[in-house]
Amino acid sequence: MIINHPILGPRDAQEFVYLGDASLINRPDGLTASPAEMHDYVYLRDNPAGLHRELWYHEQGDRSWLVVTRNTVTHEITKVEMARDVARSMGRSK
Amino acid sequence: MPDPHAGLKPQTALGHDVPVTITIGAVTITERFDVALASLAVRRGRDKDLAKAAKAADLPLPPAAMAQFAVPYSAFWMTPEMWMVEAPFASHEEITAGLKTALGDTASLTEQTDAWVRLDITADNPVPLFERLSNIDLATKPVGFAARTVIEHLGTYLIKRSPTDITLYGPRASAQSLLHALEVTAKSLL
Repeated sequence: MIINHPILGPRDAQEFVYLGDASLINRPDGLTASPAEMHDYVYLRDNPAGLHRELWYHEQGDRSWLVVTRNTVTHEITKVEMARDVARSMGRSK
Repeated sequence: MPDPHAGLKPQTALGHDVPVTITIGAVTITERFDVALASLAVRRGRDKDLAKAAKAADLPLPPAAMAQFAVPYSAFWMTPEMWMVEAPFASHEEITAGLKTALGDTASLTEQTDAWVRLDITADNPVPLFERLSNIDLATKPVGFAARTVIEHLGTYLIKRSPTDITLYGPRASAQSLLHALEVTAKSLL
């Protein structure tokens, strides 16, 4: 599998580490979130057969975090974004 | 009081008094210990200030996956908003102090000298060597290309200084392992 890194171009998937669902970016504020919200964040995941947004870490490259949109049925990758751009577009790190 | 370090002597990354040079067929591997290193990371929101200060200090800050070579400072890109700066050890042993003066609070600096083993590889055509060692398709990369890749399970920075000159920076503690991988692969080309 090849991941088309937004900065470095196509790189082999063996250089990357998979972290999981990209919704992990949206961590609730631990001081104000209810136990139920925290439980859902930590334990509950969707498991779609189809497009899935997930976090990949370019460990053996430039060590950037990516949000990869991958079809879990075909492994086709339709979109690769820098995770920090995704987070900032949602209002983080401002 | 006697100098407690009197009996000590510096060693190169490969553990010798003098750097190692090995020639195998058309490939020459040269250990380098005469380069001072510092990593440089932009502080948040200070990109423009850093660019201005770096320009005044003749410090290149190359774009992604590239290196720029100059005197005294060369640099290669490591990751977004982060570079490794190289300078001659003889004149810039205290590289971070000099850069700190030039860059002020626009960037964070960490001295990296002696954290790495640097091996310079010279070959008329280094492509067959590196296509056996790493994922990088060296033949398609321009002069000035720089990237982190894996060689023999070691995270290694690879810089294409010219079509015949490649620089590797690998973890110093694994210097012998990296050299061994290069030697074995160079022998397989004979």
